[in-house]
Amino acid sequence: MAGLSDLYQEILLEHNSKPHNFKTLEEVSHTSDGFNPLCGDQISLFLKVVDGVIDDVGFQGTGCAISRASASMMTQSIKGQTLEKAEEIFDAFHYMITEPGGELDLDTLGDLETLSGVNEYPTRIKCAILAWHTMKAALSDDSTAISTE
Amino acid sequence: MTTGDRIAASAFDVNKVRGDFPILNQTVNGHPLVYLDNGATSQKPQSVIDAIVEYYITTNSNVHRGVHTLSQQATDGYEGARTKIRKFINAGDDKEIIFTRNTTEGINLVAHSYGRKNIGAGDDIIVSNMEHHSNIVPWQMLCEETGANLLVVPIDDAGELVMEEYKKMLSPRTKLVSITHVSNALGTILPAKEIVKLAHAQGAPVLLDGAQAVPHMPVDVQELDCDFYVFSGHKLFGPTGIGILYGKTEYLEAMPPFLGGGEMIKSVTFEKTIYNDLPYKFEGGTPDIAGAIGLGAAIDYVTNLGFDQITAHEDELLRYGTEVLSAISGVKIIGTAAHKAGILSFVMEKAHPHDIGTILDEQGIAIRTGHHCAQPVMQRFQIPATARASMAFYNTKEDIDALIKGIDRVLEVFS
Repeated sequence: MAGLSDLYQEILLEHNSKPHNFKTLEEVSHTSDGFNPLCGDQISLFLKVVDGVIDDVGFQGTGCAISRASASMMTQSIKGQTLEKAEEIFDAFHYMITEPGGELDLDTLGDLETLSGVNEYPTRIKCAILAWHTMKAALSDDSTAISTE
Repeated sequence: MTTGDRIAASAFDVNKVRGDFPILNQTVNGHPLVYLDNGATSQKPQSVIDAIVEYYITTNSNVHRGVHTLSQQATDGYEGARTKIRKFINAGDDKEIIFTRNTTEGINLVAHSYGRKNIGAGDDIIVSNMEHHSNIVPWQMLCEETGANLLVVPIDDAGELVMEEYKKMLSPRTKLVSITHVSNALGTILPAKEIVKLAHAQGAPVLLDGAQAVPHMPVDVQELDCDFYVFSGHKLFGPTGIGILYGKTEYLEAMPPFLGGGEMIKSVTFEKTIYNDLPYKFEGGTPDIAGAIGLGAAIDYVTNLGFDQITAHEDELLRYGTEVLSAISGVKIIGTAAHKAGILSFVMEKAHPHDIGTILDEQGIAIRTGHHCAQPVMQRFQIPATARASMAFYNTKEDIDALIKGIDRVLEVFS
């Protein structure tokens, strides 16, 4: 089993203390709120999509280190990507988090692989996945607030 | 040391007590289990486990039904448990003790039965800002249905109820006060007797949520003079699935039944059904017989230890825990009331409670993290969540030391 140091890697802790794209956007084409009622994690995600490309992305909210770092890394990974590519990254991430021992698509994941340790902590998977489901809900124009419980 | 001290010291031997709880003797993630999540549920002594097993091996049968021997023995066991519970909270009569599933069901029973009959549009129901969701939502549902108003007594920065505000809220419109005896998120012990007295002066009955009180202190419902008192068996070292609603006879008699069915009737025809007497009127359907017997055994266990020793031991743990936890830079205790029971809720500057929980678990330490089903408390203190260490009489100073060491590890990771 992965130990704590595999879960709380340096890069994750950096994203937690200095999250990227932790902002609201002036122009927003897609937005959604995510909420984990069990622990109170909350995220608001803002996307600006121009011609099928994610031009800008920002998030706000409160949560644990894992949910915050995951949100920060997600915004980094999808910024500048096409919607199709964002979907592909979502799938690779989702597979990594929910299928322990599966073969990872490292090309697609890049730095996101840092979060792979989470899949050995079942109670924390929902923390890592919250921002991602929120992104999917925003892009599918599902206006209902999503929940990971 | 006087002779008296020696007797007290030898009577409460925490290591001997721990030996009665088989679950405590194990390692979790390679470390001895440090169980500090008693506010969520407590562990069960061997005597409770044995009572349940013994019931199923020798007695299992339905209660109040058959003429056969086992049914009579099951009934004796079930009703014997009711008597033990009556004595435990010093109620006046066995029929004032209603078996429920848990605290939540007890509150919902009162909301449905007493509330729907007696509370209407424009009436006030008073709760506090430190209630568990189970003492908020049933009243919100009732208010929505009837047009009554839900008033919330504020709490101060220490987590004490603001009594002056409570006094101002009480009026002839007050039809019920439903308030916690001990806060599950903060540990505050509320001045229950005073709360009841003030409500009665306005003619309003009071329900006390005793889920977090009964494991820690003696409760005397006649002394408190409360009209309803609810608690769960599983936080009192008994099994899950069994809880208690105490109600004064005058209220219970006048209330309509909650669940219709078997057991709660005297006679049924399609023209007219006559309801059963107390307490059976509120116990429709086959009850959790083994659960009631298990709870009776738990009460025997606690009574045998004695609250003098339990509270003395727990107060010392709480004092010690508060001292060492407050000494850590970057840790803040949430809930610093003058009178507290068994709970150390805290937040850390650099680590979210969830991360604290995971890092502690890695060292075999079980605490609760989150909003503790008390989101309004979190909103009051403007925090998303807390980490909560909650104690029972089988906890030790070594458990607190392990917690502190665990927090040092959290500080290391989030340095």
